[in-house]
Amino acid sequence: MQLMQETARIAPPITAAPARRVTFIEPPRRWQWVNVAELWRFRDLALQLAWRDIKVRYKQTLLGAGWAIFQPAMMMLVFVVFFHGSGHVSSGELPYPLFVYAGLLPWIFFATAMSSAAQSVVGSERLITKIYFPRLAIPLAAVATAVVDAAMAMVLLVGMMAWYHVAPGPGLLMLPIVFGVIALTATGLGTLLAALNVAYRDVRYVIPFLIQIWMFATPSIYTQTSALPDHVRSLVVFNPMVGLIEGFRAAALGGPMPWTQLAAASTTGVLALLVGCLYFRRIEDTFADTI
Amino acid sequence: MPPAIQVENLSKCYRVNHAVARPAYRTLRESLTGALASSVQRLRKGLKTTRHEPFWALDDLSFEVQPGEVLGVIGRNGSGKSTLLKILSRITKPTTGRARIDGRVGSLLEVGTGFHPELSGRENIFLNGSILGMSRPEIRRKFDEIVAFAEVEQFLDMPVKRYSSGMYVRLAFSVAAHLEPEILIVDEVLAVGDAAYQRRCIDRMSALAAEGRTVLFVSHNMDVIPRLCSRALFLEKGRKVAEGPAADVLRRYMGRQTADAPDAENLTGKVHIGDGRAQFTRISHVDADGKPMPVHACGDDLILRLEIRSDRDIRDVALSVVIQTLQGARLISSWTREVDYRVDLFKGVQIYQCHFQRVRLRPGRRVYVQLAMATHNLIDCVEDAQVIEVTDNWETRTLSTESTQGAVVCGYEWSKIAKPQAQHADPCLDQTVGQP
Repeated sequence: MQLMQETARIAPPITAAPARRVTFIEPPRRWQWVNVAELWRFRDLALQLAWRDIKVRYKQTLLGAGWAIFQPAMMMLVFVVFFHGSGHVSSGELPYPLFVYAGLLPWIFFATAMSSAAQSVVGSERLITKIYFPRLAIPLAAVATAVVDAAMAMVLLVGMMAWYHVAPGPGLLMLPIVFGVIALTATGLGTLLAALNVAYRDVRYVIPFLIQIWMFATPSIYTQTSALPDHVRSLVVFNPMVGLIEGFRAAALGGPMPWTQLAAASTTGVLALLVGCLYFRRIEDTFADTI
Repeated sequence: MPPAIQVENLSKCYRVNHAVARPAYRTLRESLTGALASSVQRLRKGLKTTRHEPFWALDDLSFEVQPGEVLGVIGRNGSGKSTLLKILSRITKPTTGRARIDGRVGSLLEVGTGFHPELSGRENIFLNGSILGMSRPEIRRKFDEIVAFAEVEQFLDMPVKRYSSGMYVRLAFSVAAHLEPEILIVDEVLAVGDAAYQRRCIDRMSALAAEGRTVLFVSHNMDVIPRLCSRALFLEKGRKVAEGPAADVLRRYMGRQTADAPDAENLTGKVHIGDGRAQFTRISHVDADGKPMPVHACGDDLILRLEIRSDRDIRDVALSVVIQTLQGARLISSWTREVDYRVDLFKGVQIYQCHFQRVRLRPGRRVYVQLAMATHNLIDCVEDAQVIEVTDNWETRTLSTESTQGAVVCGYEWSKIAKPQAQHADPCLDQTVGQP
């Protein structure tokens, strides 16, 4: 009797069954589009995963979410002391600390989003081998986590702008767009690397290198590119992050918007997303077998 | 009504990477050069196509499950059960063939998937719920029920890493138990946890079946299959051997196990130690009527028959049979000298029988049988003559099968002694009784 009550308690009868869902299970196809509808159905999961990462990261830490601000702030200090002190960098009319912070913020967002997305799939081995869900939710959640960190870091940026009396111009409207393009690029590369990382763990060792070298190849983080010698400028023009960081700074602190570079970077960003997601989808069916 | 699950010619091929036997490295220099050489080799291999051995985990499998049916999948390790569940849960894709699933699928290949030790019970309910495919409003609606069922109300905001293992499993199972799929796919969830938890899990699945949900269920627990499942599917080497009413299929499965047994009993291929004047050639685990037994049920008599082939007549031989754990701890031993049983071997073949009475080993265990015979010299010894699996019977089904529990079981009861007599009692006793 008690057993019956118990089972009744845990298994309420099915009420108004939703529309029948028929699933076909077939051998993997070579290329397939991103199943946006399914991804949307699992949006709660992506959010939960992101939320988990955010909460877990700062559990049992003293500074807590303050770390999201502390990191770029410390890097800013390093640049101010060593680069600005040496006089080899120029920030135009803007105060150098503000200038470099407005460059570091989008860069750190990009680097964190890309590398955590790249590591995310391998880090979720238990999930992948035990349950089905659209695998793209994992790198997307990793990028979402980086977005939250960037939002925290933005607080200090606003504070510094107030301190230095720098007001944004109408370019501020471009801020979400520029930020979005950075996120697209990071997601594209992150998913590509995440998929590669499942088969070749070498990727794990490549990522820190890649980020370091890329940072040096992105002088717009710490100096005005117009002040660079021509032969350097003609090299960095192929790096979409150069234009994106300048665009971010122009949007936040005012100044001329580098439209051509932004347009080029947006194209690369969309392309990166396309390639990343398609490749990810191409091999995601084998994740559970190879991870 | 269309079948809930329809599987057509499903096959899954894994490529097995045969590890090349590498010589053991001796010096640092050798190991360094070895490592370098092998990484170069790997790189070269990676660029070309590596030679892989194909392994068919599932081979042309077809079957159907009607709505409301509870299908049990049985088979030995490596028969393809887990691969089948993984394909039907969409974790991995088949190599060829197809399956059609009509309805919302919930799969439980593990309880507590995605649980994070740093997060609180509350947070883990939401996380785990959405991993299992529940929406946030759905979880919120069932939240109180989940918490009540897991009996963790006071600990909701504590990180689960501080939970006892019982609380952890209860919470994990509770979330899973509140999943309301039309089709449930379950794998050996019953294999973990204590008896009370296992019973809950079985009750839950009976309830699901009673409501007309479709369940596909894999278990090694042969007691559960006929109680829960209306039909069963017997797999071997990725192929279907039998399908039909659970009791019939189970009988075939048990029959197949014993039919295979003689090979396992043949001791000529095993490692023998001793001077070899005589050898153990066969061992069989039988019941009182001499019929072969596939497993030993806890509490039953354990009867072993030993076939011995001798080169010559040997007088006054001592025979011994030892039941030991996988780690080599001796659980039970018997020795002919101990009971003054005289053994004289004759040239040729003879069979002796050792009958242990009411052997109560922990269900779920596997034990080894070690055989030895000696005069004053060791004649023959086989360390791992046979592996015996211990299962539970009706009386012992509530016992925990966890490997951390004692290997030998006996009946016991607990009671509380009303009042410790502090003044007059032995000081040692006082400590164990504790404060009232």
